[in-house]
Amino acid sequence: MSEVPSELKYTKSHEWLRVEDDGLITIGITDHAQELLGDLVFVELPEAGTEFVTGDECCVVESVKAASDVYMPISGEIVEVNEALADEPEIINTSPYDSGWLFKVKPSADELADLMDADAYQTEIEE
Amino acid sequence: MMLIFEHSSKGRNGAPQSPVEKASVAAIPENLLRKNSAALPEVSELQAVRHYTRLSQKNFSIDTEFYPLGSCTMKYNPRACNTLAMLPGFLNAHPLTPDEQNQGFLACMYDLQAMLCEATGMAAFSLAPMAGAQGEFAGIAMIDAYHKSRGDDARKEILVPDAAHGTNPATAVMCGFTVKEIPTLDNGDVDLEALKLAVGPQTAGLMLTNPSTLGVFERNIEVIAKVIHEAGGLLYYDGANLNAILGKIRPGDMGFDVIHSNLHKTFSTPHGGGGPGSGAVGVAERLKPFLPLPTVAKENECYRYLTAKDCPESIGRLSAFMGNPGVLLRAFIYMRFLGREGMVRVAEFATLNANYMMSEAKRRGFTLAIDNRRASHEFIITLKNEAREHHVSAMDFAKRLLDLGYHAPTTYFPLLVPECLLIEPTESEAKEALDGFMDALEQIKHEAETDPEILHAAPQTLPVKRLDEVRAAKQLDLAFKGSE
Repeated sequence: MSEVPSELKYTKSHEWLRVEDDGLITIGITDHAQELLGDLVFVELPEAGTEFVTGDECCVVESVKAASDVYMPISGEIVEVNEALADEPEIINTSPYDSGWLFKVKPSADELADLMDADAYQTEIEE
Repeated sequence: MMLIFEHSSKGRNGAPQSPVEKASVAAIPENLLRKNSAALPEVSELQAVRHYTRLSQKNFSIDTEFYPLGSCTMKYNPRACNTLAMLPGFLNAHPLTPDEQNQGFLACMYDLQAMLCEATGMAAFSLAPMAGAQGEFAGIAMIDAYHKSRGDDARKEILVPDAAHGTNPATAVMCGFTVKEIPTLDNGDVDLEALKLAVGPQTAGLMLTNPSTLGVFERNIEVIAKVIHEAGGLLYYDGANLNAILGKIRPGDMGFDVIHSNLHKTFSTPHGGGGPGSGAVGVAERLKPFLPLPTVAKENECYRYLTAKDCPESIGRLSAFMGNPGVLLRAFIYMRFLGREGMVRVAEFATLNANYMMSEAKRRGFTLAIDNRRASHEFIITLKNEAREHHVSAMDFAKRLLDLGYHAPTTYFPLLVPECLLIEPTESEAKEALDGFMDALEQIKHEAETDPEILHAAPQTLPVKRLDEVRAAKQLDLAFKGSE
């Protein structure tokens, strides 16, 4: 059973978002997503300073099975990326919600209400 | 498993029993002669024979076992095609032979172009691409050249359904386009509403495989063609699954403007080791000037290569010469053997075999990715229930199949279907072979339910056991360290 922390927001394409105290939003892929992908071998992160709008392909995660795009869940500017993933992408497999985060975004609009909460995402992945 | 160097013993050699005069090296200047002996393995003739015979026995091929690798069309390669393509006149011809002394080969290639046109409904064909990926590249480069020749420079986007082969978006990006993904409905058809919203003045074209990688025929192809053409885009046919429709329906009649055909798949030349292949490209009338070179023309009962002088708008050459002649010849001979009637039988038996296996899979309790639709030449089983209930993956099933003497089907593709096996039997196989494979799958399903460790530990019978895929993907440095 995949873990779905209740304090996070989710997308249909299996990204999670966490609002930090400083107003930045941390984004990663869910436990369910890493289970589907299997062992990750490569992560192509966006560059800090790049701006994206909701739905943009902003990042690629590659596993032994497949390469998969990560879609930007909200509009905003990338302010920090998780450099540790360059050498150890498997952190995402072991800790998808904590040390396996992908990047932090400074949001340019308030779109959080459009996202799913934990209950809705749980229902979504149960089909 | 040992390398031949490990069999080496100093001073041993494989000199034939009849004496041979030593070759004279007097003509080679002293400073160019090597000082030390070459580091060659020193083995007897029998050791060499055994070593290479053992290696060949470790080969897995369509000549030895069933090879249902979905989307790859691993059909039987008739020996006669091989024999005829190896005639000394073909085999010893130099690629720079003047056209007038190469009429036999050129006649075969001209006829191959014509047969491909007839079989696919396209106006012209080029045999230049060396393999499928190069065929795709040539196809999209022609779409680009076509738009640019009309001053239509704003068409920067290629549409690709999410069920497509991964090569399609890669090709579009290689040719300088951006890619927009079009979703697929649960029944396997392209989402028409999403397609209609996606097209516009930026649309250069759509790349489509039909039947799709989901193993079903795209029923709305005529509507799709209309939507794309009305938006000013062109329609590209990925010929990966041509085997399913050969002699039945033609991409040209469906409205496609460009097609690449993997001759090594549909037209049965040996493949599976990474080449050589052939990705011949066909086009509708309006794209003819852009075909890659050289192509073969017939003028006054003589054949000759067309070059950039004849076709100034061509996208150019893709290699030094024209494709892989050995592969092209085998495909030509295969098509001549089949004839028009034979091509129909290829499609009918390929789809009959796939549909028989699909119904057997259902009867034996497997879950189909797309139920209640007829399969094309391949079909998909999803093992998501087995994965959930018994913690065995599609990969575990695939590895266990190796133990039972089968090549695994394609796994984890298409990406849309979780824990999937994509199974393509081809027309070559007898019912007994299909039943044997289904028995093996059913046995593995039973093992998964009763003793899943058997699956996790597979393969046990092969020289190489379960690979560390993460390490294989991340540490690409390989060095031979000797047998342990």
